[in-house]
Formats: sequence, structure tokens, C-alpha cells
Amino acid sequence: MVDAWEVLRGIPDPEIPVISIVDLGIVRNVTVSGTRVTVAITPTYSGCPAMHAIEEDIGARLRESGYTEVDITQQLSPAWTTDWMALEARERLREYGIVPPQKAGGADSHRIHIHSRGVNCPQCGSANTEQLSVFGSTACKAMYRCIDCREPFDYFKPL
Amino acid sequence: MSAKVEYVLRFGDNSLILGQRLAEWLGHAPVLEEDIASANISLDLIGQARLWLTLAGRIEGKGRDEDRLAYHREQQDFRNFTLLELPNGDYAYTVVRRFLFDAWHCLALDALSGSHDTDIAAIAAKSRKEAEYHRLHSGDWLVRLGDGTGESHARTQAALELQWRYTAEFFDSDAVDAEMAESGAGFAAASLRDEWLEEVTTVLAEATLKVPAAAKFVSHGKRGRHSEHLSRLLAEMQVLQRTHPGAKW
Repeated sequence: MVDAWEVLRGIPDPEIPVISIVDLGIVRNVTVSGTRVTVAITPTYSGCPAMHAIEEDIGARLRESGYTEVDITQQLSPAWTTDWMALEARERLREYGIVPPQKAGGADSHRIHIHSRGVNCPQCGSANTEQLSVFGSTACKAMYRCIDCREPFDYFKPL
Repeated sequence: MSAKVEYVLRFGDNSLILGQRLAEWLGHAPVLEEDIASANISLDLIGQARLWLTLAGRIEGKGRDEDRLAYHREQQDFRNFTLLELPNGDYAYTVVRRFLFDAWHCLALDALSGSHDTDIAAIAAKSRKEAEYHRLHSGDWLVRLGDGTGESHARTQAALELQWRYTAEFFDSDAVDAEMAESGAGFAAASLRDEWLEEVTTVLAEATLKVPAAAKFVSHGKRGRHSEHLSRLLAEMQVLQRTHPGAKW
């Protein structure tokens, strides 16, 4: 049977398919006992509508891989932080056109900046960018624009 | 109902009712960016409400889940601050309401993050990070509108005068607060007043707005005594589940 972590690494985030749910840091614990598996996941944002889709994907993919019983539990503490995002996933995010989050300061920190500086354009690399909107197309993103190449882009907010 | 269930419902209902009010801006906000912001903040708040209401139902132990609590309670069973159920008014009114609440919400969630109840502490710590974005966003707009044009300044000051009196409820303590503070699961309601006032006063000064005079009036939404506006909000929010109980997408 395929290793459960391996299966989970193959499940893309429904909104940002270039990173997996493991890259995102939301899989907190996996316990396997024979063909039974328990997966503890933590929500990104409290109201993120993708969480439901993610739970369904986890159940379906693990069952396809031969696990007969899949339990998914929600673990709130410690609260999810973008600092848990895998390093190489950050680069894939940038190549996809989304600027990865700057350091948030860990699970216990909420000292965030609403207008992050130094958010370089993912297309041309220019530091000459401006924030268009604090909130974006999903809870986790803000909208920016490159003043040099004129390209608008998303920034994954530190949380 | 135990003090803990009541207490958790207060946090759940605050998030739920403000979330519902903010959702009303969808498609109506003055600029597109604020439409998106209102929807995102509403989503955060409703997500928080789901966590709180699920916990309240679990502690109560009578089989009520988040949906049962959100859609099948009467207005006198809701425990949100009266301020949060008032109609949206213009955008200045919405921004002022949000800022007054967001500033309190961050302090309250900080206090609850240290709760002796690990479920309460976990939801508080999770919500706290989202609340920080909300507070920074509403504070930004308060300064933008207050220190903006003559028109925006006048509207924002008027919105502040209308809503200020409802903030006394944030710090008004009853037996539920006292029991929760005593047990270490909650905090003393009045203990947040000084820090809140200091922070709010600083931002209001930056926004060139005057702090209104304190009033004797204290609203009691958190004890279930609401304004006439809540039942209308609930009528819209609950209609589908009341008409088709248990309906799912």
C-alpha cells in the first residue's frame, strides 16, 4: 500500500493547484493502523471554503489507495501559519505568479503588516510595486500591481 | 444553560451577526476592493462563528450543531452585542462599527487565548490572527474617511456619535462574565476598557475625529435583549432553513 503521506503529497490545493496540501502545512498528523488511517488537518483561514473540498479529496484519494477507513479530524491548535509552507513550494508559487508570503513570525504571532513592503513582481522581479487591495480573490491573498511591467499579481498574505 | 455555553455563544453570535451584516455589502460596496474586503472579512467571521457554535453545541450536549444554533434560534436566544445587529447605514457607519468592534475583538481574543479551557483558547488563538487584519483594515479606513473630505469627515463623526453609546456593552459585566472570569476560562469584561479606549482614542485622533461623550445607556444584546433590527436580520438569514429544515446544497 502506498504510504499515506505520499498520497497526501499528491493532493493539490483546490485553489492553488501548484502546491500540495502537505506543502501548505495543513496536514498536522497521520496515524496508520493496518488499512485504517487518521489524518489531522488544520484550517488555513477559519472560513476558507476550500477546506471542505480538501477533506473530500483526502478521503477519496486515501480510499483509492487501499485504505478502508479514513478518519479526518480537525486540529485548531497551534493555529496555522504561512511560515509552515515548504520552501520549494514557495518558489513554485512564485513561478505560478503568486508572490509567496513573507515571514509571519510563527503560530503565536499576529504582528502582521497589512501593507507589506518588498513584494517584488513575480513576472519581471521589479521591486517597484504597489498594493491594490488588502483582500483578494481568496482569503489568503492580497492584490498588487507592478508599476514597471504593469502586470497585476497576487500576494499570499503572511498569517 | 451553563455559563460556559452562554459565553461561547456570545463569541459565536458576535462573529455570525457581524458576518451577516458585512455580507449585505456584497455587490453594493462603494468600490470593488471594499466589496472584496467585506466578503472576505464576512467569511472569516462566519468561519469563526462555526467553530464557536459547534463548541457551544458540544458543551451543551443536547445535540444542537452549528446549523441548528444559527438557523433555529429565536432572536432572544442570540447573545451578540446590540451594536453588531444595527443596520449597515452608509460605508462610514459600517467602518466605524467595525473599527470599534475589531479593536475590542483583538483584545478579547488575546485574553481568551490564555483561557484555561483548551477548546476556547484554540479558537481564540486561531481567530486572533484574522482579527488583526480586520482591525488594521477598518482602522485604515477610519483614518481615510475621518481625515478625508468635509463630507466624509462629517459622516464618519456622525456615525461615531450614533454608535459610541453601544460600546458600553463591551465592558458591562454580568453573572456569566463573572463566573467565566472566576474559573479562568474567560476574562473580566471591564478589564479591557482602558486598553481599548487608549487604542481607539489614538486612531480617532489620527482620523481627526472627536471621541464622543460617554452616555448612561447600556445595551444588553449579549444577555438576549435586542433591538428591533435583529429579528429582521434573522428573518433573512434563517428563511431557507426555516422553510426547508435540514436542506443541503
